[in-house]
Amino acid sequence: MKRSSDYHSIPDLAQLFSKEQSIGIFEKMCLCRYFELEVANAYEKSLIASPIYLSIGQESISAALSTVISNFTIFAQHRCHSAYLAFGGDQHKIVDELLGRPTGCAFGQGGSPMLQDPDIPMIGHHGLIGENIPLAVGYALGSTQPTLCLFGDAAAEEDYALTAMGFASKHQLPVLFVCEDNDLSILTPTEVRRNWEICDVAQALNMPAVDITDDPWLIAHHAQELIQSLPAFINCRTCRHYWHAGVGIDHEPEWDRLQLVKDQLKTLSINAQDIEEQTKQDIKGLWEKLLPKQLKI
Amino acid sequence: MGKTVAETIKDLTFDHLKNNNGLLLGQAITAVGYVNHTVPKNCPGIIELSMADVAGSGIAVGTALAGRRPILVIRFQDFLILNGSMLINYAAKSKDMFQQPSPIFVRALAIEGHGAGPVHSAKLHNIFMHFPGFRVWAPITPNEYKQTWTDFLEHDDPVISCEHRSSFSSRDEYANEIEPAADITLFGISVGRTNIIKAARTLRAEGITVNLVHIVQLKPLVLQQSWLEALSRSHCGLVVDTGFETCGAGQNIAYELMLKTNKPVQALGLKDVSVGVSGDKENLTPRPEQIVTAVKNRLRNRSGPMRSA
Ligand SMILES: Cc1ncc(C[n+]2csc(CCOP(=O)(O)OP(=O)(O)O)c2C)c(N)n1
Ligand SMILES: [Mg+2]
Repeated sequence: MKRSSDYHSIPDLAQLFSKEQSIGIFEKMCLCRYFELEVANAYEKSLIASPIYLSIGQESISAALSTVISNFTIFAQHRCHSAYLAFGGDQHKIVDELLGRPTGCAFGQGGSPMLQDPDIPMIGHHGLIGENIPLAVGYALGSTQPTLCLFGDAAAEEDYALTAMGFASKHQLPVLFVCEDNDLSILTPTEVRRNWEICDVAQALNMPAVDITDDPWLIAHHAQELIQSLPAFINCRTCRHYWHAGVGIDHEPEWDRLQLVKDQLKTLSINAQDIEEQTKQDIKGLWEKLLPKQLKI
Repeated sequence: MGKTVAETIKDLTFDHLKNNNGLLLGQAITAVGYVNHTVPKNCPGIIELSMADVAGSGIAVGTALAGRRPILVIRFQDFLILNGSMLINYAAKSKDMFQQPSPIFVRALAIEGHGAGPVHSAKLHNIFMHFPGFRVWAPITPNEYKQTWTDFLEHDDPVISCEHRSSFSSRDEYANEIEPAADITLFGISVGRTNIIKAARTLRAEGITVNLVHIVQLKPLVLQQSWLEALSRSHCGLVVDTGFETCGAGQNIAYELMLKTNKPVQALGLKDVSVGVSGDKENLTPRPEQIVTAVKNRLRNRSGPMRSA
């Protein structure tokens, strides 16, 4: 089944990674998960005034990519907290941004969907779904530097998305396109919107492409290979746990990758619990420090 | 003999591509006359875009983010509606939002008449004046083009250069003509300016005194003191625009002039109907004779309410 936690998985793949690599991936997943749970908490307490787009459930994609990709300029989508955090975005600045402060990473102008960090470097998305695809392609053309472009399954349907990928193919530009395919456009499932697969289109556009589940070792494995022959495309089946915007939950996610990774770590004799606890505490401390005194959560 | 507008564009482009690490992007720019001989041949940095207009302008903006100061050629301004999405939504906002400028020079070509019709005759400078973040120019002489280009290099904002093909073979330069006291002050935009010059000849022959003001930089719009004084010393003003009159640049400029001087200022532009390919359906920039009629009506009704020609 295409939407499954083991779609196109490779048996025992995690064993081929070093302990350090596996721990690195898990640490980043925890960072994203527990950071966003604090975001949700702050949002519920009305400390965040603008809409938030949580990537809880989808963390493994950025976490895995960030461990195999370096020196790429990142063009993330609107649901960008995980990309920002996993690739090392300044944690103080994202908190400030969410709280609408001028000291935020987008100067309090953008909020949740418009994070940027010139030091990663990650270029800001301004909210028009799929805009980052042509922008990333142009950036790769102009800079000749490797570029990572993350977008959703609905963004891929934008008229300018596939055409920009076609341009990247024609000009053999160094772009890794990654679709964070949660099967939803707000709450409209893919099958209602189209009868084709992006992976097929990417292949038809003459670039190597894979369609896989969001197992981080699987993502890392393919990314490592595909960055040797850019442009390339990864469609990654994943689950968004929360609402499109905000903190509501409609139904249980089809799977929780963080839990599956923890199960896997056990088989690798890695103590996930300590890492998870430590990350949780660190992030709690950060938020406590940055929230206004009278508003501590 | 000086250079034509087309030669000026070609030389500035060549220098930018050759010596400034610039890029030139557009559709069908290296075929059929190389965009009216404004695109240099055999030059590095020229990228043919596919027919995907929205993606194409997004790609061009991406190269701007990468610091290449691209020139994007839009062969007919009608296509700016599609291309405009990435320009308006990203290029014009990125500096305010992210302190990450997207300096891109958009050569937006206009043409009218000759059967250009509904899909090749648009003049859309007003749309880009509307949005924060753009610098908008309408150069029609070699020096004005150089001024527009220098403005681009000296700033980091996206520039919309509204060009008119009928000016490309011209070497002419124009100066404002301001009398101590004139019956009317005529303001012109783009090729509306050559029409106000012709209209002024007729009017002057009939004893009507006329000031002529050439507006080249549309945004930021700087209403120069000498223009305001000229208008203040006239009975009234008239702005001739190449775009649609309704909600057009001409109307907006007329409004600004009225606020500053308390003088009635009318705007003339294209009629509020779609452009056709032949005869009076072509909906051209107000002709000199139409301007003459409008001026006479205005002066006849000097003390009365404002009335359209
Ligand atoms: C051009 C554009 N169209 C529509 C929207 C409204 N919108 C915001 S997010 C979204 C769904 C995007 O879905 P997807 O790309 O799959 O990303 P996801 O939210 O699932 O992560 C839509 C329709 C928008 N912001 N921009
Ligand atoms: Mg989606």
